[in-house]
Amino acid sequence: MVEKVLTANRLADGISVWLDASGNWVESLQDAFVARHAEAVAALEATGKRSFDENKVVDVNVIDVEEVDGTLRPLRMRERIRAEGPSIPYAPGYNGLAGPKNVAA
Amino acid sequence: MYRYDEFDHTFVSARVEQFRDQVQRRLSGELAEDAFKPLRLMNGVYLQLHAYMLRVAIPYGTLSSRQMRMLAHIARKYDRGYGHFTTRQNIQYNWPRLSDTPDILQELASVEMHALQTSGNCIRNVTADHFAGAAADEVADPRPYAEILRQWSSVHPEFSFLPRKFKIAVTGAERDRAAIQVHDIGLHLKKDENGRLGFVVYVGGGQGRTPMIAKKIRDFLPEEDLLSYTTAIMRVYNLHGRRDNKYKARIKILVHETGAEELARQVEAEFANLKDTELKLPDSDIQAIAAYFAPATLPNRPEGWGNLARWKKADPEFARWVHQNVQPHKHPDYGMVTISLKPIGGIPGDASDEQMDIVAEIAEEYAFDEIRVSHEQNLILPHVALADLEPVYRALVAAGLATANAGLITDIIACPGLDYCALANARSIPVAQEISNRFGSAERQAEIGELKIKISGCINACGHHHVGHIGLLGVEKKGEELYQITLGGSGDEHTSIGEIIGRGFEPEKVTDAVERIVDTYLGLRRDKSETFLEAYRRVGPQPFKDALYGGGAQAAA
Ligand code: HEM
Ligand code: SF4
Repeated sequence: MVEKVLTANRLADGISVWLDASGNWVESLQDAFVARHAEAVAALEATGKRSFDENKVVDVNVIDVEEVDGTLRPLRMRERIRAEGPSIPYAPGYNGLAGPKNVAA
Repeated sequence: MYRYDEFDHTFVSARVEQFRDQVQRRLSGELAEDAFKPLRLMNGVYLQLHAYMLRVAIPYGTLSSRQMRMLAHIARKYDRGYGHFTTRQNIQYNWPRLSDTPDILQELASVEMHALQTSGNCIRNVTADHFAGAAADEVADPRPYAEILRQWSSVHPEFSFLPRKFKIAVTGAERDRAAIQVHDIGLHLKKDENGRLGFVVYVGGGQGRTPMIAKKIRDFLPEEDLLSYTTAIMRVYNLHGRRDNKYKARIKILVHETGAEELARQVEAEFANLKDTELKLPDSDIQAIAAYFAPATLPNRPEGWGNLARWKKADPEFARWVHQNVQPHKHPDYGMVTISLKPIGGIPGDASDEQMDIVAEIAEEYAFDEIRVSHEQNLILPHVALADLEPVYRALVAAGLATANAGLITDIIACPGLDYCALANARSIPVAQEISNRFGSAERQAEIGELKIKISGCINACGHHHVGHIGLLGVEKKGEELYQITLGGSGDEHTSIGEIIGRGFEPEKVTDAVERIVDTYLGLRRDKSETFLEAYRRVGPQPFKDALYGGGAQAAA
């Protein structure tokens, strides 16, 4: 089955975050907990709902990823850009957010 | 410029405090997201891919230096050092924290700005000709009417929950620089045979997934009836607009389904009841608002003519910039300067905090403290003496703001697209950058002449692709980006919606396709004076289809 991770935006600052194996919301997709079977996905969904209800995050979604040479790569371009930041250098000092280069390519 | 009175100050400050309380309650968990989301949207706060986004209104695109400095300050203090000027004469910040937004709004209020009605199903920021008050072809400044509409529409209880968003644009000039025919209401200010001011009224234009050109429903509406007639339109729309279907909820669909004639009849019936009510604008009120927009006294500066000729001869780059980015002002010693936010290979519409500060400084020193935002995502200094063009140019060059491309192929409109926007299907910005780089040489752009490319990252059409001479629409096909090309659109006094030319192009092929279209045009134009749009209107799509897809191809995707 396709591998899945849980993503959302942090309530207070809106920054994109992913859920790690200890149940923390982290800013790097690469640190995300990867669900590889249906029970794990169900657990992600339950955690996401709880986090939303606890007002920690908004816009919670389970997304599809694949592992390429040890790097997590979302299947959808949209999620690749969410993970890495805008695909363009957009301001001095900002060439994309956390995460390995060229994930969006 | 319009200045807030006591009432405005109190109203805007009260809204900031109300929102501060709402944000606090949200952060403490007292308010759930479902309850909070509509509240934040009413204050211009969206959630995008990477962060929140704050859309700040720039009413009719007019700013003072003080206000521009505040926009720079906000970019620096609360964001990542830049902002994005949009086709609706707003500015968007891409990285504000929700927890900071009340402070940001408070700072904005201190310079008489806000983010009200920049989202939601209400009457949005009223846009106007960016050359208002300066253009030679104008009968009167349209901004006082835009301001009257703003005051009337701000938290108007009857029109705060319309079937869908509602956009009004006003122009006072022969040449339509406000794209009024693709707005829900377009108002064209003119004089009747007796010299009275009034409006030609258009309704039901729009872009989005169902682009439509507005229908004229009134040849002349006396200025005193502006609010009563607009109210009549809003009432008919509010009553009959399609609330059952989001995609059919704009007034353009109502106009289309009802027919312009019948709709006009309904509006007139409603208007007959409203005409002589308190909505009638007393002349004194119009005059009071108009006084705020009284033109600065522009001293004669005839020495500019000689200076300008000399400077142009000495510096061909300067001459090119003047030729492309400066247009005649109604005062012969002055010009209207377009500050391009489209550096070659840059991000259309973005400006850094430093650039905003520099523009503010230049405006203060040389341009009577007035700045405009154009719907083409550029900034404008509407009143600059020809005698001051050289120092203005030098200051702009130093800030990377002197790209001489207004109206040329690299003056591209692009929405944020998939680099920022949660609704996007494809990226807009990198496509704009690649096209800009491909056609970046000054000689090549000059050879091509006027050509407007407009790019949207999804069918919502925020990048105006429907009215681009060449329009690019990003779609998602099997998880990949694909760009559909439309040709022959135009958003002026001869508005037309572009036609889809055939199947779409992958990101790495779309610039080549644009180049082929441009080369085809260069090969078939009668002479240099025939613009791309004129040539397209003469020959139609076939030569371009042949060039893109080979002879006989009729494929459409
Ligand atoms: C990034 C967040 C944005 C969101 C979520 C958004 C959303 C939308 C939506 C849903 C529509 C379609 C409305 C309809 O057809 O009923 C629309 C239209 C439009 N938007 Fe945006 N937009 C965004 C950014 C922008 C920007 C940056 C601009 C200016 C560059 C802009 C200007 C417009 C314009 C001009 C239209 C078409 C006019 C019309 O309403 O018919 N929007 N937008
Ligand atoms: S056109 Fe689509 S992608 Fe572009 S800003 Fe509008 S909603 Fe976003």
